Amino acid sequence: MPKYLLLKHYRGGPPQHRPSPPMDQWAPEDVDAHMTFLHEVARILRETGEFVDAQALTPTQTWVRYGGPGAAPVITDGPHPETSDLVAGWYMIDVDSYERAVELAAFVSSEPGQGGEPLYEWIDIREVMD
Amino acid sequence: MPKVLAGLLRHNEDFAAAEDAVQEAVIDALRVWPDNPPNNPQAWLASVAARRLVDARRSESARRRREQHNALGPMPGPTEQGDDTLLLLFCCCHPDLSPSSQVALTLRAVGGLTTREIADAFFVPEATMAQRISRAKAMLRHSTFTAPGDLAVVLRVLSLIYHAGHGRRSDLANDAIRLTRQLTLATTEPEARGLLALLMLQHARLPARADANGQLVTLDEQDRRLWDSAEIADGVAILQAALAEQRPGRYQILAAIAALHSDAESSSETDWSQILQWYDDLVALSADPERDDPAAVLNRAVAVGHVEGAVAGLAETERVAAVLGDRQQWFAVRAYLLERAEDFVAAGDAYAAAAERAKEVAERDHLVRRAARVRALGRIRTCAYGSGGRRSIP
Repeated sequence: MPKYLLLKHYRGGPPQHRPSPPMDQWAPEDVDAHMTFLHEVARILRETGEFVDAQALTPTQTWVRYGGPGAAPVITDGPHPETSDLVAGWYMIDVDSYERAVELAAFVSSEPGQGGEPLYEWIDIREVMD
Repeated sequence: MPKVLAGLLRHNEDFAAAEDAVQEAVIDALRVWPDNPPNNPQAWLASVAARRLVDARRSESARRRREQHNALGPMPGPTEQGDDTLLLLFCCCHPDLSPSSQVALTLRAVGGLTTREIADAFFVPEATMAQRISRAKAMLRHSTFTAPGDLAVVLRVLSLIYHAGHGRRSDLANDAIRLTRQLTLATTEPEARGLLALLMLQHARLPARADANGQLVTLDEQDRRLWDSAEIADGVAILQAALAEQRPGRYQILAAIAALHSDAESSSETDWSQILQWYDDLVALSADPERDDPAAVLNRAVAVGHVEGAVAGLAETERVAAVLGDRQQWFAVRAYLLERAEDFVAAGDAYAAAAERAKEVAERDHLVRRAARVRALGRIRTCAYGSGGRRSIP
């Protein structure tokens, strides 16, 4: 049974299929519908026995590298280029096939956006190595 | 069990070895007691544990056996009260330990939780938590516990345990309340009672803190019929006993504020001017409150906003802008006050800024919702004014 990460992004990836403003600018009922759907996804995955993990990340990103002998770590905490990828969170799933992972990613991407229309968000699928 | 362990610690035994010896004694007891029940179980355990400790020192093979037994958590048993609890708490909350180690050790040695249960509560692998606990014990190896410990650290650790459990992980919240209650039986210090009252008053409101969909509900919008009125009454009685000692402190003050919130039949009946007086007392506890207790200054701003108006409250938040100005809590308080001032555009921006800085999904979702809600209010307002201001605003 392969495991996959279905990654959601704050930014990055292919151009948005249906551009959408940030969620805090949506109508309140659209925000509710969106959040209810994402909780529902986790519930369904648990029910089908495919759920492994789901996590959300804060949008603050810091790059760190070794500073050299005796030196402090080198840190760049932005601003980073607007085009760089910024992961927002993930579902980790344990499924029968790659095809099932694609199907579930498309389901996540159908999450309701403004006016209840699907968001068509790009989901990044990555297979976890054994 | 805590009593036996504390007895060994009192003889300056180091923590890890003493705990191991007690565990071995318990394992012996499980084997021996069914056929030969002792007259005095505690004395039996104490003498077997002391003997085990001598064995352990003498022989290398005993060390290996101890390591095997190390994997077993302490047995949940009847909890003893009094000095022993206090000694154990001081020991587990040793100021040289990191907060996460203090929490883990307290839950294990005093709370009777297994390593597995503690690991699950903090969502880390069991091996990670086992390592954290054994490193903490190694740190304590050369410490002795004859000097009185720092009660303020113990109270902070108990408060940390509660807040790790507040909400989803409610088992930890119950553990924290149980441990704090034990502490109040061991010390007459009113701050211990103050903390117990505070935790109970907060815990009493938990059933109303989330709606049917798991969404966060803020204090002003909670269904107060869901509050546990018996727990509130107990908390208030404990607080009154503490306040009667006339030695106020931060936990008693925070409990008094929580009690005033609990006392209001609806949020509009909240006695904000009394709450503000308590906040004045809280802020006065620090010599330099903006530096030492910025959270108190920030929360006081909410009370000021209710008593003197939202604009006055907003001005108060500026006092801690330099210290807290990039934190979720600062933006959230600003947003709340801006919303009350009916500056919906700025309130929306502030809620969104708070959401961006949130560390918890439920809080983030709540703040995004609030942002969307006040922005919608702003749009209604603009429409109404845009058409000549004739239409009334619902």
